[in-house]
Amino acid sequence: MGNATNGLDTFPKLLVHNASVFAGRPAMRHKDFGIWQTWSWAEMLEEVRAFSLGLQAIGLKKGDKVAVVGGNRPALYWSFAAVQALGGVPIPVYADAVADEMVYVLQHAEVKFAIVQDQEQVDKILSIKDQLPELKQIAYDWQRGLGDYDEPFLHHITALQTQGREALAGDAELGSKWLDGINEGKGEDLSVMLYTSGTTGKPKGVMLSYDNLVISSRNANQFDSFDETDEIIAYLPLAWVGDHIFSYGQSMTAGYCVCCPESPDTVTENRREIAPTYFFAPPRVFEGLLTDITVRMEDASSFKQKMFKYFLDVAGRVGEKILNGESGVSLKDKLFYRLGDFLVYGPLKNRLGMTRMKVGYTAGEAIGPEIFKFYRSLGLNLKQLYGQTEASVYITAQPDGQISAETVGTPSPDVEIDITDTGEVLYRSPGVFMGYYKNDAATADTKSKEGWVKTGDAGFLDGNGHLRIIDRAKDVGKLNNGSMFPPKYIENKLKFFPNIKEAVAVGDGRDFTAVMLNIDLQPVANWAERNNIAYASYQELANHPQVYAMMADHVDQVNQDLASEERVAGAQIQRFLVLHKELDADDGELTRTMKVRRSLINERYEPLIEALYDGSSERFVETEVVFEDGRKGNISATVKIEDAKTYAPQSMKEAAE
Amino acid sequence: MNAHTKPPAMNLNSGRDDGVAVGEELLSVDNVTLRFGGVTAIEDISFDIRKGEVRAIIGPNGAGKTSMLNVINGFYHPQEGTIRFRGETRTKMKPYEAAASGIARTFQNVALFTGMSTLDNIMSGRSLKMNKNFITQMFYYGPARDEEIEHRRRVEEIIDFLEIAHIRRQPVGKLPYGLQKRVELGRALALEPDLLLLDEPMAGMNLEEKEDMSRFIIDVNQQFGTTIALIEHDMGVVMDLADRVVVLDYGKKIADGIPEEVQASQEVIDAYLGVPH
Repeated sequence: MGNATNGLDTFPKLLVHNASVFAGRPAMRHKDFGIWQTWSWAEMLEEVRAFSLGLQAIGLKKGDKVAVVGGNRPALYWSFAAVQALGGVPIPVYADAVADEMVYVLQHAEVKFAIVQDQEQVDKILSIKDQLPELKQIAYDWQRGLGDYDEPFLHHITALQTQGREALAGDAELGSKWLDGINEGKGEDLSVMLYTSGTTGKPKGVMLSYDNLVISSRNANQFDSFDETDEIIAYLPLAWVGDHIFSYGQSMTAGYCVCCPESPDTVTENRREIAPTYFFAPPRVFEGLLTDITVRMEDASSFKQKMFKYFLDVAGRVGEKILNGESGVSLKDKLFYRLGDFLVYGPLKNRLGMTRMKVGYTAGEAIGPEIFKFYRSLGLNLKQLYGQTEASVYITAQPDGQISAETVGTPSPDVEIDITDTGEVLYRSPGVFMGYYKNDAATADTKSKEGWVKTGDAGFLDGNGHLRIIDRAKDVGKLNNGSMFPPKYIENKLKFFPNIKEAVAVGDGRDFTAVMLNIDLQPVANWAERNNIAYASYQELANHPQVYAMMADHVDQVNQDLASEERVAGAQIQRFLVLHKELDADDGELTRTMKVRRSLINERYEPLIEALYDGSSERFVETEVVFEDGRKGNISATVKIEDAKTYAPQSMKEAAE
Repeated sequence: MNAHTKPPAMNLNSGRDDGVAVGEELLSVDNVTLRFGGVTAIEDISFDIRKGEVRAIIGPNGAGKTSMLNVINGFYHPQEGTIRFRGETRTKMKPYEAAASGIARTFQNVALFTGMSTLDNIMSGRSLKMNKNFITQMFYYGPARDEEIEHRRRVEEIIDFLEIAHIRRQPVGKLPYGLQKRVELGRALALEPDLLLLDEPMAGMNLEEKEDMSRFIIDVNQQFGTTIALIEHDMGVVMDLADRVVVLDYGKKIADGIPEEVQASQEVIDAYLGVPH
């Protein structure tokens, strides 16, 4: 699959091609002044050409690097093709990066041009211009506030386009010369450089060729059968590889229309107006939308609430089966599902802007099975994928009908997967990057001579050939009995229960897995109120026998789950406790982005961890806490420790759930 | 639609060439005295506002600042003195006549139609500009619709300018205070005023909202060339925004000049900080 590019191996070539085959079809929309404005492929080619010739007029040459900084606006997407048509290389940069962060990338990439959205970005670049001797010209999209800037190297994109149009009118051969330049481009040329966000060390510039992006995009289009009739909404950062593939690569190769929202604040509303057929979002967006619905339903009349609940139950029972085309759904259920679609699911999907959604993807983090199931039961084809910048996104994706909340699917077309002895996932594909820019050491470290790339994630292929990602490879440890210990994997399973706010798993280099849990006060307090359980404090509630029973139940379910997965069956939880205080960023136990700080917790709760392993049933602890005003105090409590039931591994579990 | 048919660059001052050049007197207040019964709110005050400038009116509480704005836009009629706008001395003028002549204002306490959407509130600012009569409007189609579309276009330009697209359809009563202030500014701009009176546009705002609002005021002044008279308590804002400042205290003018002069004036310092008796 995929390699037949018919000579259309670069994006500028594809644009010229699309302008003739899809001439009048919409290529891009943008809501401006309250109205959706549309450009056809032919019109978009004209815009890009004018822009490109304008850039040529101010000195852009083959091989020049161009930073692109800003939000999802048509002119910035055009800038990619406009720069590429001249043999330049666009480098999208995260628009919310502060000047100091940006300066590293712009220096490292030696950018000569910057194409930016507005005054904010212009100011940012001007403030660091001294440190960027290579930077020659800046073009901006939105003139607001820039009226009295008289720097000669500042250009309004519209003015550049006018310049380009005038040049074209004045020189009969310019148009064909421009096309000649495009035809000189080759598939193996550098297409774009994307800097990885660099949570560890300095950002690295991932070099992707046209072949990487064009072939990956074509494969993805074929996998989910996208064509020129599809539509997406572009709302994720330009500098993120996903947006580059979804809103640029796949649009250019399939010919589908990309819609730019009016502003970042209007994305939800604009999505409802457009009703995209293809939608990507990280799990938190799906969670947020579901919370919105739940809150709104609580304000609805009791009749509506009852109807909503009744039909959601129907959907929960049979929706996924109907979506997957499974047999065994009774005629009555089918009829009720139809009715539900008319009364509840249809209006709900309309509200979410998902009425026309053919395929939706979520990736980036683990999604809660309940949330995943909710959307699927409404008849929305939500799937998971797994990818990386270095892979031009696609490593694995779930084929239609083979969906599960736990896996990330089978290898994407043309992708090979291998698992090392340590459990790390490797892949090889046509999308594999050329290398890190000016960093051969890092390239050699990540990518082998044979083209295999390390993901840094630990995972395994299940019985059906679906990949399961467990954890970051460096976090995965081993128990003394030799079985794998993936802490985050276990913690995530626990945290999917609404009653559990945080979980910390310990076990690396020990005999078995044990966990420390934090209850989530809101749902647990609600539950206590409904069940007439009196308590005076968080501590008392956390220590309540019935809360322990509830937690034991959750742990039990997680163990059953783990037992069904061969690789991690040995890591079942044997003992657990419920912490007497909430893990808190103020006490340094969590990072500001709410990630658990393992080493600090291990140190701080050492007596408890000791008790987890020495068999005692309770332990008295005293913990220092920092109050919001900075004062310190002590919390002391006697924490109970309970044993959990474990299960025999069921390596031969029935086919995909 | 084709891309190059985007609306032309906005000019909210179009349609009225008042013959006053930038830097010349647009409005002048001459020896104005305003009394409420025995209380003298404003006593013998004179100053002028030049076209294209940002003119700040400052003073301690009860100095007569808001009364002064009310006199300028015709809400109060002074017992003595005259007001000259665009070279014409005006007689007793009603607020809507002031509005029609190109004076728009915002209020200290937001005065919006809380049940109506942002869009409708700003649209209401256009009502003075609607020329079609009641009968035509009743039938809607034809000229009335064309007119409505034209007005809506103007309103959308303002929404875009003030970056309030995301609240276009929301009832303003539910909006946070800072946004309500912005909507109110939008409604005043919908009038395409020559002179914009802002009564404490930043009262009760946090720093970020103040910075936003300052930027909008500067942009209105620079991009549309709208003359602005503003009452404000935040001295930092006044010193940054204003070209000239007039200072009132107990209804009297105690200083008038560029911000640096006013800041250095002993009388102004005394008025704000008090003097030992």
